Amino acid sequence: MSKTKPSAKASWITVGQGSWPFSLKIDRRAPPAALAILAVTFAVLVLSVSYGAYDISIVEVLQTLFHALPDDHPDGRSFNLVVFTFRLPRILTAFLVGMALSTSGAILQGITRNPLAEPGILGVNAGAGLVAVSIIVWFKEVPMSLLPFFAFGGALLVALVIYVLAWKQGGSSPIRLILIGVAVAAMLTSATTFMLVFGDIRDVQQAYVWLAGSVYGRKWEHVHTLAAWLIVLLPLAIFSARQLNVLALGEEIATGLGLKVEAQRLFLLTVSVALAAVAVAVSGTIGFVGLVAPHITRRLTGPAHEGLIPIAALFGGALLVTADLIGRWVIAPSELPIGIVTALIGAPYFAYLLYKSRNG
Amino acid sequence: MSGARRFNRSTDLSSERAFAVLSAKNSNSTRLLNNRMLILPGFAVASALLLICLLWSITLGAAEIDRDTVFSALLQPDETAFEHLIIQTVRLPRVLAGALVGVALAVAGAIMQALTRNPLADSGILGINAGAAFAVVVTVFLLRVSSLEVYALAGMAGAAAAGALVYGLGSAGRGGPTPLRLTLAGVIVTAFLSALTTLILISDRETLEQIRFWTAGSLAGRDIPLLTGMAPIIIVGTVGALLLGRQITTISLGEDVAKGLGQNTVVVKVLAALIVVVLAGGAVALAGPIGFVGLVAPHIARFMVGPDYRWVIPYSGLLGALMVVVADVAARIALRPQEIPVGVMMALVGAPFFIYLARWRVRR
Repeated sequence: MSKTKPSAKASWITVGQGSWPFSLKIDRRAPPAALAILAVTFAVLVLSVSYGAYDISIVEVLQTLFHALPDDHPDGRSFNLVVFTFRLPRILTAFLVGMALSTSGAILQGITRNPLAEPGILGVNAGAGLVAVSIIVWFKEVPMSLLPFFAFGGALLVALVIYVLAWKQGGSSPIRLILIGVAVAAMLTSATTFMLVFGDIRDVQQAYVWLAGSVYGRKWEHVHTLAAWLIVLLPLAIFSARQLNVLALGEEIATGLGLKVEAQRLFLLTVSVALAAVAVAVSGTIGFVGLVAPHITRRLTGPAHEGLIPIAALFGGALLVTADLIGRWVIAPSELPIGIVTALIGAPYFAYLLYKSRNG
Repeated sequence: MSGARRFNRSTDLSSERAFAVLSAKNSNSTRLLNNRMLILPGFAVASALLLICLLWSITLGAAEIDRDTVFSALLQPDETAFEHLIIQTVRLPRVLAGALVGVALAVAGAIMQALTRNPLADSGILGINAGAAFAVVVTVFLLRVSSLEVYALAGMAGAAAAGALVYGLGSAGRGGPTPLRLTLAGVIVTAFLSALTTLILISDRETLEQIRFWTAGSLAGRDIPLLTGMAPIIIVGTVGALLLGRQITTISLGEDVAKGLGQNTVVVKVLAALIVVVLAGGAVALAGPIGFVGLVAPHIARFMVGPDYRWVIPYSGLLGALMVVVADVAARIALRPQEIPVGVMMALVGAPFFIYLARWRVRR
């Protein structure tokens, strides 16, 4: 890992001065970090596509991906089927879910100024979880293909309820948001537990898998949904970086600097919640990415959100692609849900960071 | 490594501040029993309320037993009378277990909130519930046993081990345990252990079938041997907490203040952590993981008596007992004859009340 010492050179790169409608000040460490992460992501992605019950070599994967497979290749058709129908969609789902969760966490940590904030505190997981589990356990007539839409709705509805409950004239204080978020989440979680305790055991087991977070069997339609949301929301997050930087200084300072704190906070909360809700709806509740990825990224790029948000997004994606690969590999031919892998890897890594920083 | 240090420093600062702001805002908000003279009578009223709820709970059940029989069964037990037998061996242990669990969770929660200066701390957050659940699930998975005693032992061991792990991880380094490090360690250990627990439950249907009621937190079937096994542990822990009240008040003002006032903060922190593990471990061994009491009861107590932990701790205990006993009654009568786990009922009943407090009583 490279360490950058403060040097005489400018530590910022400014993008888009002059006639541009906007400008971004990016930490000098950010572009190389982004390139490195992109390279790693691509490598893991190729590895991941090549790995599985049906053997495809890495060269063949690259050929298939770029449609460069010789026309007379004997396995051409099955390669195309396996790569484009089975493996690539789930891997891209993992990547996009990681991006969404990590961005959501980075925004939330900035707004609440709490390094432990993650999408779960706004009830997104609890809301989606309750809806999903009730569909799996109780309302079985609802087709599974509609589950993501209901889960998305549940997540947004719960976040909205929490915001409304925390709102008083003068705005929503982060304290009330967190306290009420915890209470609402506890209530929904216990309703979920109720169903897990009394539901049919087979459905309950399936519900547990959903709750643990899984990208098993995800298709192109999931990738398209995720991509559509990310294309809208990610730029919104990146162009709010300056506001996030100011919000992170604290409410008083932000107000003093002329920021419309309440409006900005609501806007950013909405972006964050929407990102988390899409991710949860598609893949179930995957923990730890939204918490850990922004933390680690902050070590690479510093705390300024211009660099932090895009790189945290990439890093979260890379993390989930890796976790998915490990989950498929470690007890093959069976597989671990991706959410369990992220917790089992993320937790020790975080513990190591904590231990490492013991005298800091 | 400079990266690691930078990571630590930047997070440390912002969240210390956030935690301090959170706790200050809560403890300085309105105090209900303003007059010190009201604190003692208030305690008496709450105790009387608890007693009434205990008796009410005893009268409820599959067999109709009227109040007079309940009194005579409690005061002059007659071992030949069937109804007396039910009360003595089934219902009384159950309500007492409920009260004990409530006291233990609430007191443990109060201490944790003071110690970590995090108003959202409860036994869920320091990895204790996750440790207990993991130990019990592993025990069932490997040994295929199903007895509440075994669950209790495993749960206690798991809770203690997870508590020790969190404390060790959170206090490595020069400064000893800091609030943020403890909370982080708790989050980490909880995430890791619950992932393993889920893994077992997903892959082994038999274990899931057997353990799912326990993991929701329940008082069903808690009998005399289990109660007499766990009661001393919880009582010792509670007494210890009451004795430590003054020191805990001091440390809740912050490490620096406490040191400035001449407190040996390391000793206090170790003792307090020990009490927390004993109490939370005892509670989870008795009833399984029950959330929310440990979080809410101390908040209500502080709301009533202010930030002095010499009063917050006994009030928390009393309120916690009240909450669990009432939730257990609700859990038994809501869907009769089907019984709902008390852990489920707890949040369903407690959360709206907590939302009310947070919305209308927490100023800014």
